[in-house]
Amino acid sequence: MEVSVTVNGKHRSADVEPRTLLVHFLRDTLGLTGTNVGCDTSSCGACTIHFNGESAKSCTMFAVQADGAEITTIEGLASEAGEMHPMQQAFMDCHGLQCGYCTPGMVMAATSLVAENPGGLDEAGVREGLEGNLCRCTGYHNIVKAVLSVGGAG
Amino acid sequence: MTAVEDPIKTTAIGTSMKRREDPKLLAGESKYVDDIQVVGQLWMGMVRSPMAHARITSIDTSAAEVAEGVHSVLTGPQLQDMGLWIAPLPCAWPVTEDMVNPPHYPAAIDEVHHVGEIVAVVLADSRYGAVDAAEQVVVDYEPLDAVASVAAAQDGSVTAHSEHETNKAYHWPLVPDPDALEAAFANAVHTVKAEFVQQRLIPAAMEPRGVLAVPSPMGGDVTLYSATQVPHILKVMIAATTGIPESKIRVIAPAVGGGFGAKLNINPDEILAVTLANRLGRAVRWTESRSEAAFSTHQGRGQLQTIELAADADGKLQGVRVHVDADLGAYMMLLTPGVPLLGSFLYTGVYAVPAFGFTCDGYFTNLTPTDAYRGAGRPEASYAIERAMDILAAQVGIGPDEIRRRNYLAGGEYFENLEVPSTLVFDSGNYGPNLDRALELADYDGLRAEQARRRAAGESKQLGIGMVTYVEICGLAPSRALGGLSYGAGGWEHATVRLLPTGKAEVVSGSTPHGQGHETTWSQIVSDKLGIPPEDITVLHSDTAISPLGLDTYGSRSLAVGGVAIAAACDKVVEKAKQIAAHQMEASADDLEFAHGMFSVSGSPDQAMPIQAIAFGAFTAHDLPDGMEPNLQEQVTFDPTNFVFPFGTHVCTVEIDEDTGAVELLSYVAVDDCGNQVNPMIVEGQLHGGIVQGIAQALFEEACYDEDGNLTNPSLMDYLVPSAADVPSMVTDYTVTPSTSNPLGVKGAGEAGTISSAAAVMNAVVDALSPYGVVDMDMPATPQRVWRTINEAKGGQA
Repeated sequence: MEVSVTVNGKHRSADVEPRTLLVHFLRDTLGLTGTNVGCDTSSCGACTIHFNGESAKSCTMFAVQADGAEITTIEGLASEAGEMHPMQQAFMDCHGLQCGYCTPGMVMAATSLVAENPGGLDEAGVREGLEGNLCRCTGYHNIVKAVLSVGGAG
Repeated sequence: MTAVEDPIKTTAIGTSMKRREDPKLLAGESKYVDDIQVVGQLWMGMVRSPMAHARITSIDTSAAEVAEGVHSVLTGPQLQDMGLWIAPLPCAWPVTEDMVNPPHYPAAIDEVHHVGEIVAVVLADSRYGAVDAAEQVVVDYEPLDAVASVAAAQDGSVTAHSEHETNKAYHWPLVPDPDALEAAFANAVHTVKAEFVQQRLIPAAMEPRGVLAVPSPMGGDVTLYSATQVPHILKVMIAATTGIPESKIRVIAPAVGGGFGAKLNINPDEILAVTLANRLGRAVRWTESRSEAAFSTHQGRGQLQTIELAADADGKLQGVRVHVDADLGAYMMLLTPGVPLLGSFLYTGVYAVPAFGFTCDGYFTNLTPTDAYRGAGRPEASYAIERAMDILAAQVGIGPDEIRRRNYLAGGEYFENLEVPSTLVFDSGNYGPNLDRALELADYDGLRAEQARRRAAGESKQLGIGMVTYVEICGLAPSRALGGLSYGAGGWEHATVRLLPTGKAEVVSGSTPHGQGHETTWSQIVSDKLGIPPEDITVLHSDTAISPLGLDTYGSRSLAVGGVAIAAACDKVVEKAKQIAAHQMEASADDLEFAHGMFSVSGSPDQAMPIQAIAFGAFTAHDLPDGMEPNLQEQVTFDPTNFVFPFGTHVCTVEIDEDTGAVELLSYVAVDDCGNQVNPMIVEGQLHGGIVQGIAQALFEEACYDEDGNLTNPSLMDYLVPSAADVPSMVTDYTVTPSTSNPLGVKGAGEAGTISSAAAVMNAVVDALSPYGVVDMDMPATPQRVWRTINEAKGGQA
């Protein structure tokens, strides 16, 4: 089936098997391998992207369901000039990543969480808000610190 | 006056330089194995046994063979007949001469011994096609009774391997002075006997394992990309297992998404990918699915511990006696039998214990093999002694802080090179001030007051306060010591440091990162030593063609062995550069000073040469001292003379809702001592992650098996890896007691958090429940288990 999407501002289309997961379409068909796969039960959030402006787990949808959608992946988060998004910068400054495998999904979920909470977040809000994204390296301490540095209240 | 910041000062050893790995990782640019595509690649799909123990009676591959996109379907016997391997998968740690080690082939030949064992493989032209075709292979099994626990293994009426008469694989004793141990218990005023269960854990690195083998049919060589911690060891072992000459094998660990010990093995998939790629002349790949990982990657822990303490009237330890029954699983993987023994030396913890004895029996079960998982034997040991010390404290009638103070080695004061009863020599320690700092940061007295208030008020939410002072053994390892333990390799690490003609530096390390930030730390060491800015330093690693010598990353060894090798190689570079500088400046080398990358003549600061200029001179070789080889490149293979022994005190506070059994972590304070630190930010990150992995064992995680050997919670829906919502922020601080084992004075930090935190949490949980007379509880302390424990203690229904 033909799928047409706008990914990171560029129009992309391809013919895929109807059962192709969106994450595999992004990775294997479009070559956007920044979005990772960490589980097979939509539990870990490594595959989190922005789907029409909201965070979504791209392993939970078929590529065909994304037809016509606007998608942002980790590769599209930095500015065109190559400047890191404030959330990427915060993860770096706060040491919010180690092996980096959960990081693209975590950053995408975090930017969405902050956007959804314009009034600012407290620590509990960040922890609850990132519940769907697992990290095995950081113990979350510095991830929470990074997100609060961008989207914390006050 | 305008202060000009010396750039070196923000990057030198001891500063929290931001990680140079991060921009690529944050942009999604780093390539993990599954990100690498090769034209013509075949996807491997595994047909895995759904039974824990069975005889294979027939395999029907006909439907799979004709499925679309399928290249071939190969059963275990067919793979065997193809001669793909010349030896079973390796076990590098035959802990005793008579250890039983049943052959473990990449695919089962006639009998399967655990759920998930490979019985056939499918090669297909797509990711989905390989999985589909594997499902179309029909295997008939004759079920056999399974050994699904250590208790069943000990019972022995069923054996995990049909050809065996017993499930016992080995008996390993470490009892330096049996008479003294006997006497200690005979004369004791207080004795404690406790049994602890170290449940099986699924390591669950966020990146599942994966392999991609790329052959060169005409050249006869093969490149394996693997999500591995141990590319160098893997290369040797592939050669030994397959007969492919070692010189024809190149192993690359690209970006690796966490390991925690689970990626240090030699796995069936790695051998199958390499040999099939070589045989077929096409790239062969496989990526583990998360649910598959619970069977295709080894698990951790799986021990039953019995610990006995003998103490005098004041609670001063006189003897510690330990027995461990280890659940090895179905086969001996690379380090399986040795993992319980890695903890053997630590069952006396940080304490002065006159007499000590340890024995371990290893048992086969029909479960996924166990092997190293963050801490590997040491979290288990630390848990046993630290839980038992709390039980002893209660028996003596003193606080957990006081029982520890009374028993610390050297009275809690500074010591170095101290021999302990388990025959080791601890490099350095200073436990008393470390405990003081942790109690102060935790507001220990305030916590106890609040606990007393809640107890007096009969509130439904009770506080529990737990503490641990741990010591661990890491920096693996002196090669001779490993030889003494029958370990199949050395413990050295290699480094090469070279200056390029343009003044940039390259450091080649045999240490292989998978999240620890080696590139950052190594560049700090080189920058500090050579006076070159970090951005001019490239770190090369994890590719056996670029870094041919190495023993990889596990056992918190990278900095204490690999980092020390790099520092020593830098010193050699400076020494050679000094000879060149002296020659070219017509000065005596003894009169030269080296600082911030400049050689200058003492007393004549105008006469100076930067090391970069010397590097160019060494490259052109136009004007070198007579007989000196061109180029500025030095190598060091560092073999430490002793392990390192980091320590620390952790204090944890939990709140238990007696109505629901829910345990909430209110605070976690960690004061660690890993000697000198190169990058405190990275050290702290290692501790955070390690602590949460121990918390996970205490409160959330357990690989659960039914009596037939089926894992009932293989997916992340059922196996509770904690999320951000399940754990608190942590308070961390440090004392600094440099190691005497290496010139940098550094110790390891990668496993310390996990070695301490499970016991700290469980000490807190039991402390909260102590008013009900609860003295122990199994992990994980789930709400159900806590609620039942409370209810039983109250005399109600469990």
